[in-house]
Amino acid sequence: MVQRRGAAVEIAGLRREYVSGQGTVVAIDHVDLSVAPGEFVCFVGPSGCGKSTLLRILAGLDKQTAGTIKVDAAGWAVENAMVFQDSGLFPWMSVEKNVRFGLDTRGVPREEAAPRVEAALKLVGLTRFRNHYPHQLSGGMRQRSAIARAFVTDPGMLLMDEPFAALDAQNRVILQGELVRLWEQTGKTVIYVTHSIEEALLMGDRTVIMTAQPGRIKRIIDVPFPHPRDLIQLSASPEFGRLKLDIWRVLEEEVNRARAEMEL
Amino acid sequence: MSGLSNKSQERLLYFISPIGLIVLWQVLLMAGIGDRRFVPAPSDIAWRYWEMVASGELARHTVVTLWRVFAGFFLGSIPGIAVGLLMAMFRPVRIFFDPLIAALFPIPKIALMPLLLLAFGFGDASKIALVVTAVFFPVVVNTYVGAANIEKIYWDVAKNYGASQSVIFRRIVFFGALPMIFAGSRISLAVSFIVLVAAEFVATKAGIGYLIWNSWELLQVDVMFVGIVTVGVLGLIATVVLQEIERKVIPWKAE
Repeated sequence: MVQRRGAAVEIAGLRREYVSGQGTVVAIDHVDLSVAPGEFVCFVGPSGCGKSTLLRILAGLDKQTAGTIKVDAAGWAVENAMVFQDSGLFPWMSVEKNVRFGLDTRGVPREEAAPRVEAALKLVGLTRFRNHYPHQLSGGMRQRSAIARAFVTDPGMLLMDEPFAALDAQNRVILQGELVRLWEQTGKTVIYVTHSIEEALLMGDRTVIMTAQPGRIKRIIDVPFPHPRDLIQLSASPEFGRLKLDIWRVLEEEVNRARAEMEL
Repeated sequence: MSGLSNKSQERLLYFISPIGLIVLWQVLLMAGIGDRRFVPAPSDIAWRYWEMVASGELARHTVVTLWRVFAGFFLGSIPGIAVGLLMAMFRPVRIFFDPLIAALFPIPKIALMPLLLLAFGFGDASKIALVVTAVFFPVVVNTYVGAANIEKIYWDVAKNYGASQSVIFRRIVFFGALPMIFAGSRISLAVSFIVLVAAEFVATKAGIGYLIWNSWELLQVDVMFVGIVTVGVLGLIATVVLQEIERKVIPWKAE
């Protein structure tokens, strides 16, 4: 099987400011980053560092004030698909209809959509639950459905906004493992926003640490662990602990700074 | 009580108040408190009710009233839903309709009856038109509120997954607003009966409202009560049917 490589992303001088009553708030500034095709990049930073803003701009849901984004997703059906924090499944559609949504919107005929939906449901192990409504599913199953909905559109890049933050610890570990496995199989580019250093190190190739407001890139750390990864074993290894501590030292300053500003 | 489940206890309680009221009413009249010519006993009303059912008179009036309510209900709520959804989706539509609704909603719709008689004549059309005007506003407002309060994340998902305006309208705004559309419909259904019965007091020779007014003029108080009870029963049945439809149409609504 020939491995396709995911989208390449070139971000240069990205800035987003919001004008509010009290003046201008700069959410992100001076963000420059090249993402290689098929790379798994995690963004970590204190709350309000603009990491979600960056993701929303990449998703086309927000517009930058300055700077450019170039995405090369040649060979993929769509440029990107986003997985949201609380799944964003439509409560009035069954799992199957939710998964098919991104195909319906793009006019994919039913005969072509059916096997793709089938495959996506199988990918996340929800074939038996295709006719369930989201409220009948557990939080973990809802996020699996949301991942299937993203995968089915065949995006060059997956944008994930703390998709597992609302899950309990056990489910989070399981879904992290599944996502890494899917990523290893499909070669898509993944941009993953999280507040958890651990999560970033377990899954990503690179971890981008953001500063507190305005969000800038403070440091980029290469995660040296080879793939395929066994997340449980990895999380217990001494190298993992060391790297986690290093990153925490860098992030600590920013978290304290954000807190100090909030208390002012 | 200990032998009954919570559910059947509640059901019992549900029936105790109306039945208790009727029993009290009957007992008071039988004890000679009150004049039975002006305040008929429940048993008198029941007897008259049965007579009117048997003769087909009640059915004749009921059919007329039901036809007017349902014709008006559908002709009023369908444009109400459409306008409400369009207002939520398109700002100019909202700006256009907002002052109209603010000005026309508070007008007591029964005040339009003479105008509608002029426009539509003495037949069914004027009564149906009155119901339409009464139904339209609660449906429009509820639909708009329902559609405007759809969680932002659903718009984000729709946009990120490439949905066109028409897909957003048909698959997201409509369904997202559906619970509130039903809430508006329930209010409208009650309002329909209220305005229609009042309208039937004048300028018609059929319908439950006519039955009530006519019995007043003939001082047949028991017939008057038959009419009043019938309206209540029709409203109850219509509401239950609407609730059943809602349960079928909104299966995603958590219990």
